[in-house]
Amino acid sequence: MFNKINQFRKSKFFRHFLKKPLAIGALLVITLLFLGAVFAPLIAPQNPYEMEKLSLSDSLLPPIWMEGGRAPFLLGTDVQGRGIFSTILYGSRTSFIVGFSVVAISSILGGGIGLFAGYFGGIFDSMVMRVADTVLSFSKTLIAMLLLGIFQHSSMLLVILAIVISDWVQYARTIRGEVLSVKEEEYVLASKAIGGSNLRTIFKHILPNSISPLLVVGAVDFGIAIMLEATLSFLGVGVPVTQPSLGMMISQGRNFLYAGKWWLIVFPGLTLMAIVFSLNLISDWLRDEIDPKVKNI
Amino acid sequence: MSAYIGRRIIQGIVVLLLVSFIAFIIFQYLGDPVMSLAGRYASQAQREEVRRSLGLDKPFYIQYFNFLTNALKGNFGMSYVSRVPVINLILERLPASIELALVAELFAIIFGISFGVYVSANPKNILSKLLMTGSLFGVSLPTFLVGILLIYLFTIKLGILPSSGRGTTVKLLGFWNSGLLTFDGIKHVIMPAFTLGMFQMALLFRITRGSMMEVLGAEYIRTAWAKGLKGNRVLFKHALRNALIPVVTMIGLQVGQLIGFSIVTESIFQWPGAGNLLLNSLYESDFPVVATYVIIVALIVVILNVIVDISYAFLNPKIRYN
Repeated sequence: MFNKINQFRKSKFFRHFLKKPLAIGALLVITLLFLGAVFAPLIAPQNPYEMEKLSLSDSLLPPIWMEGGRAPFLLGTDVQGRGIFSTILYGSRTSFIVGFSVVAISSILGGGIGLFAGYFGGIFDSMVMRVADTVLSFSKTLIAMLLLGIFQHSSMLLVILAIVISDWVQYARTIRGEVLSVKEEEYVLASKAIGGSNLRTIFKHILPNSISPLLVVGAVDFGIAIMLEATLSFLGVGVPVTQPSLGMMISQGRNFLYAGKWWLIVFPGLTLMAIVFSLNLISDWLRDEIDPKVKNI
Repeated sequence: MSAYIGRRIIQGIVVLLLVSFIAFIIFQYLGDPVMSLAGRYASQAQREEVRRSLGLDKPFYIQYFNFLTNALKGNFGMSYVSRVPVINLILERLPASIELALVAELFAIIFGISFGVYVSANPKNILSKLLMTGSLFGVSLPTFLVGILLIYLFTIKLGILPSSGRGTTVKLLGFWNSGLLTFDGIKHVIMPAFTLGMFQMALLFRITRGSMMEVLGAEYIRTAWAKGLKGNRVLFKHALRNALIPVVTMIGLQVGQLIGFSIVTESIFQWPGAGNLLLNSLYESDFPVVATYVIIVALIVVILNVIVDISYAFLNPKIRYN
């Protein structure tokens, strides 16, 4: 174990990382937000979804440093008297759960499909790629919105599935491209020549050598999935109203914008942005590290 | 070349058939069209009558065939809510959506490409670094948040830009309501177009930059410098032309994205376009409108994709013979 850590500390990966203040900052921010979400019940001054604890006399208080703000409502309260700070902590839980699940399911599903399509080629490959082209030419937002709008009842699971249905495609395409070049390598031919089965060749030789670009895709995608969940919840087709969500907070806060209650929107908005921005910085850095040639997007 | 174009068109038609099938399922099997059209208090006989008139008593494949032939004639049925032909509802709102998308895309293309070229030519410059960081913000900010913050700043705080609707419109050629010909209309389009175009701009900027950096390292660019050509001439005449190929492809591929984001933008700014109509129809379970919207979007996306693919083949001979 100790050896492994030492090895990692000496690796190029880690040394390069230390030279990138932006990447370090981003990793710090995302870790902090993530811990905040995980330990929300311990950190948050109140549980904003325990109805009996809410009081209308706390409604629409400004942040604590402004006139009229009071403890424990650090960042003010919304119309129902929920603390914005607490709701953000609970809301970012939803964001992280959706983000993690989407990336996990899409990468396994899409990665698997792309791996086999690239390796075996043929009809399966062209069918998968046609479907991928079709899905890619529409927007994920539109597809998810249609699915959720049509089902008419919402849950976090449905939101995740509605995103995954178009999201797996980019993983499949990315890994397929890698597989196409890796499968011509000599070690793959050697593995086949000594009688290695297809499955053995795929999982032992091709997968480890074609998986790294998925890291980059995954990091960007994590942010996109979180943004998408917020968008869907903002539009009213995302997670149910009983579930805390950053998008829903912003959507509710929108009604009080003309009344000048900016904190209802600005704080959840900043949180959302901080999450996505950090993830984009991390993926940028990963991309440079994994493939210095590709600097696109 | 013609084989390539033919193949692309056939692929497009397959996609359209697939989408039309999904739209058919939405149209025919979601909600209860009989109940919606005949009304809650209709008698059994009246319901049977409506069922027959909709062709719901026929077998599945005949229903789908009828749906397709009707769709080809532009007949997509009646809206459950407003009880007018769906196609009229959508066509009425399409000009607003198209104008918004065009202004947004134009904004994205002009600024995205200019920034990209500038940054690739002056990578170490402070302004370039600012632009690069700014572009990361551009892809990290959700559309809806940008829209709301713009409204807060420019409508509520500064009071200089209107936050909803299209403003004064002018009727062109008897059917196209344009908001781009009046000062009021232009004032109304600024914020929605910026909201819709910002993500695209950031994306095009980053792609142009990447592509330019790659091209600027090529031998023929070094030759051009060596010949003593002026900076701008090398940049625009030699480099940009070649760097634009992936940018053009990306513009085409992003049309679907643009339509997706336009729904969000239209909802925030109460823009009277097709996206807003779709969202309201989803809330009201007006499935014929949803199904028709899906087909029309697919038609637009497929046609544009085929055009992009064909122009791409013209630009890049390597594709043509593949």
